Amino acid sequence: MSLVSVRGVHKAFGDHVVLRSIDLEVAAGSVTVLIGPSGSGKTTLLRCLNGLDRPQEGVVTVNDVTLDFAKRPSGAEVAALRAQSGMVFQAHHLFPHRTALENITEGPIHVQREPAAEARARGMALLAQVGLTAKADAYPHELSGGQQQRVGIARALALRPKLILFDEPTSALDPETVGDVLVVMRDLAKQGWTMVVVTHEIRFAEQVADHVAFLDGGVIVEDGPPSQVLGHPVEPRTRQFLRRVLDPLSADLDGSDDA
Amino acid sequence: MDGSTWDLLLHSIGPLLLGTITGTIPLTLISFAIGLVLALLVALARLSSVRVLSRLAQVYVSIIRGTPLLVQLYIIVYALPSLGLVIDPFPSAVVAFSLNVGGYAAETIRASILAVPKGQWEAASTVGMGYVLTLRRVVLPQALRVAVPPLSNTFISLVKDTSLASSVMVTELLRKAQEIAAPSFAFLQLYALAAVIYWVVCTVLSFAQGRLERRLDRYVAR
Repeated sequence: MSLVSVRGVHKAFGDHVVLRSIDLEVAAGSVTVLIGPSGSGKTTLLRCLNGLDRPQEGVVTVNDVTLDFAKRPSGAEVAALRAQSGMVFQAHHLFPHRTALENITEGPIHVQREPAAEARARGMALLAQVGLTAKADAYPHELSGGQQQRVGIARALALRPKLILFDEPTSALDPETVGDVLVVMRDLAKQGWTMVVVTHEIRFAEQVADHVAFLDGGVIVEDGPPSQVLGHPVEPRTRQFLRRVLDPLSADLDGSDDA
Repeated sequence: MDGSTWDLLLHSIGPLLLGTITGTIPLTLISFAIGLVLALLVALARLSSVRVLSRLAQVYVSIIRGTPLLVQLYIIVYALPSLGLVIDPFPSAVVAFSLNVGGYAAETIRASILAVPKGQWEAASTVGMGYVLTLRRVVLPQALRVAVPPLSNTFISLVKDTSLASSVMVTELLRKAQEIAAPSFAFLQLYALAAVIYWVVCTVLSFAQGRLERRLDRYVAR
């Protein structure tokens, strides 16, 4: 069953069209990875799923909230859509004046009105899940990039959303900390979280994704299971993109690209 | 200086401190508190996407910054009674100083809100916060760090600006000095003593500002 449904989403910034009549389905409990060159619209598509970017046209459904953006939904309606998902940002956007644990409990305590002791206990469990129990009282600036991003993931999980959105969660990280974040994300996928991930980590997509969509020029050029889109792409643009991304990494992967 | 001058100064310290404690300090604190609330509202209006609000805030700031504080004080104290609004000198001065602080601090607060990255607003909204909660829990605490040095300037300026209230019969530090100086003609001595008291108050405030800044910096990488 689809948890997320996107129908005919069209988004332009001024004269610049970023998304052209996009359709997308995300099954509950599945991992969808959006790949594509920068400027292809993948981040904008992700941000349309929680209304951080509002398309001019198109219908977006997440769980039991459906918004027809052509009808200019109100702030409250967009907030209802946004409440269905948690989001992990490329630049983490942790609250710098709050500790790791406070970042996680901020939403549960002050928005969802969960009793503080309960929220803190859950927050500690989430920190354990991302391997940062010892950092509960650290401020974001005292953490490494990978640790910050894992706190960001825990913050998104704390709201018990139906869906987690990841906007290039490892693009701003030092190479040696990328793995820590990807491992946490893989474990979340195993636990059955529904995830939509914008990333350049093709290996992650190969191993974790159920569905991969390749975007270019504001359209989904090709999509399907990773074995198809990444293993046997049919569209020339997909092949070209994968070659460019994978070439510098490994000759082996390059071989599978041509197969 | 001869003995009688020392005597005069010694006997003046008490009344001048009294004027400071009952006049200058409450005038400053009350005006600054009201002015800050006003400034926050004006800053938010200025940042609002509602055109009319933004325009009104702009006009207000322009009037306050474009006219002398003494003239603003005179208008409140002398012009309002002619419109039938008669209030005592002290509350009149509070109104004038609050409006003045409101205009100046509004620009400071606006700039410090704009200094908080847009990502913080987005992150707050993805954890479910609305506008007011985002301001209170996320944006204003961070804006405060940026705003404290310039707001401290405004505050310290206000301590000294309250001396203007002496010209509209408000009993504060400078007015006390004038009252004592007039019969004895010891203007230089008393104004110098008043200056020393202003300096001490402002120095204490500068010290407090430094401590506050260090406290607010504790979560920032150095």
